[in-house]
Amino acid sequence: MSEVIELQDYKSRLSDPGSRKFETFSYLPAMEQAQIRKQVEYLVKRGWSPAIEHTEPENAFDHYWYMWKLPLFGETSVDRILAEAEACHKANPTHHVRLVGYDNYKQTQGAAMVIFRGKTK
Amino acid sequence: MSKGAVKTYKAGVKEYRETYWDPKYTPKATDLLACFKITPQAGVPREEAAAAVAAESSTGTWTTVWTDLLTDLDYYKGRAYRIEDVPGDDTCFYAFIAYPIDLFEEGSVVNVFTSLVGNVFGFKAVRALRLEDVHFPIAYVMTCGGPPHGIQVERDIMNKYGRPMLGCTIKPKLGLSAKNYGRAVYECLRGGLDFTKDDENVNSQPFMRWRQRFDFVMEAIHKAEKETGERKGHYLNVTAPTPEEMYKRADYAKEIGAPIIMHDYITGGFCANTGLANWCRNNGVLLHIHRAMHAVLDRNPHHGIHFRVLVKILRLSGGDHLHTGTVVGKLEGDRQSTLGWIDLLREKFTKEDRSRGIFFDQDWGAMPGAFAVASGGIHVWHMPALLAIFGDDAVFQFGGGTLGHPWGNAAGAAANRVALEACVEARNQGRQLEKEGKEILAGAAKNSPELKVAMETWKEIKFEFDTVDKLDVAHK
Repeated sequence: MSEVIELQDYKSRLSDPGSRKFETFSYLPAMEQAQIRKQVEYLVKRGWSPAIEHTEPENAFDHYWYMWKLPLFGETSVDRILAEAEACHKANPTHHVRLVGYDNYKQTQGAAMVIFRGKTK
Repeated sequence: MSKGAVKTYKAGVKEYRETYWDPKYTPKATDLLACFKITPQAGVPREEAAAAVAAESSTGTWTTVWTDLLTDLDYYKGRAYRIEDVPGDDTCFYAFIAYPIDLFEEGSVVNVFTSLVGNVFGFKAVRALRLEDVHFPIAYVMTCGGPPHGIQVERDIMNKYGRPMLGCTIKPKLGLSAKNYGRAVYECLRGGLDFTKDDENVNSQPFMRWRQRFDFVMEAIHKAEKETGERKGHYLNVTAPTPEEMYKRADYAKEIGAPIIMHDYITGGFCANTGLANWCRNNGVLLHIHRAMHAVLDRNPHHGIHFRVLVKILRLSGGDHLHTGTVVGKLEGDRQSTLGWIDLLREKFTKEDRSRGIFFDQDWGAMPGAFAVASGGIHVWHMPALLAIFGDDAVFQFGGGTLGHPWGNAAGAAANRVALEACVEARNQGRQLEKEGKEILAGAAKNSPELKVAMETWKEIKFEFDTVDKLDVAHK
């Protein structure tokens, strides 16, 4: 290569809670509302059951987060799913709020993404 | 034997087709079926060559022996029951052979393949012979252990959902000290990869003994997990000179809390692999499988064992990951054929589909599927195609494509992770990955200097050699 690219340090620190990631999509900037809608539409179209979970950011490594009410079985309205996530966020404004899509045929989560990012500072 | 006349002994050599060619035979649900591609010697009729292969891979030997009459060979023999042309190739033909389930010890791919690809491959009546596909009856499948955990359990253990996982083979593959090796692992994992991997040749050489490697790598995993808040692993290669040594290394990996270990199932052997898979199931350790030596068996279109058969062997013997080729990178891979064998690795049921090289329906019953691993010569520019081809139940491993980043492993890892997540987001939005790949990656690079630099570094690299082992299709 002809041009010289200046070396750059990789900024990630144990001492900085902002360095913690939270799996799928956490390496992208926080999604705008319209982008989140698209992901919810995808989840609904796949026939997965939406569910909301939340946690304090410092406990995000745990397998089990707090379940918000119960999974929204049979819910296909993107607005109602988003409203439920919003309600969870309002009640827990400093927490990560995660949207899960349960795939009961494959016995797994087809989707899991943090849609409200908690406070890390 | 209740029916028919009492047999009498007549010494001498019989034509195989008198006994082993049975075109009226309807295979039983419990039969094991095989499709061979036979290139006969000049002058040998197809039926005779097919019957000879059936005989030599089951009960037959070159001459009649008196002890044949002490058993019911009509029951135990393999039968050639169908012959088909190979599209586009007159030098050879397909022969379908049915074997009764009694011929094989339960749960033993070792025993099945000692028969199917044993002496018969050196047999003089055939010029070349290739095992194209094998149907395992569900009754046999259920006697095998299969993947120690399977896709769903691994996702739960590693907490990875809604996307493929990312890995990287540590390079240089030979010569690093254990501490420097652990450094390379740590950098990859803190940058955003889910896994790193021992290269297949890394076992326990004088420059880096296995125990120091295991210790330093575990420290790297623990620190990267604390730092990123995500679950991480490194495939600790326990492939060893002896089974005793292999288990010793596996036990130590478990003792220090390693989530996943690794084995080479062809050079290590099917016996060792099946034993290790059972150990992994009993000890809750995931098992990554490498396939060194496969190309010796599967690359020649006229002789050997097709990779789709090697995939079935591994799924029955046991492994949670298997390398399957990339379609797009530096190693061999035809797209349709690859789609066929990744289905065989992951799905519950695979239908006969000649357009993907699948000759038989295959029911896997309750046996879990395993992750397909795409590795070799791939980098960020391949990400859209890889996701389109493999879907979510795969591990994409970028060796040079992580470590070769101008800013180092962590930046290379972050570039791959950003590229992957951008592609997954776009796929979920209904965008066409292979058509819009460039825009998707360029969009993501606006927020990721690591990805931007990766895209500038690898833009021009392409691997466009012709595939040697193509699917058999008419081309005349």
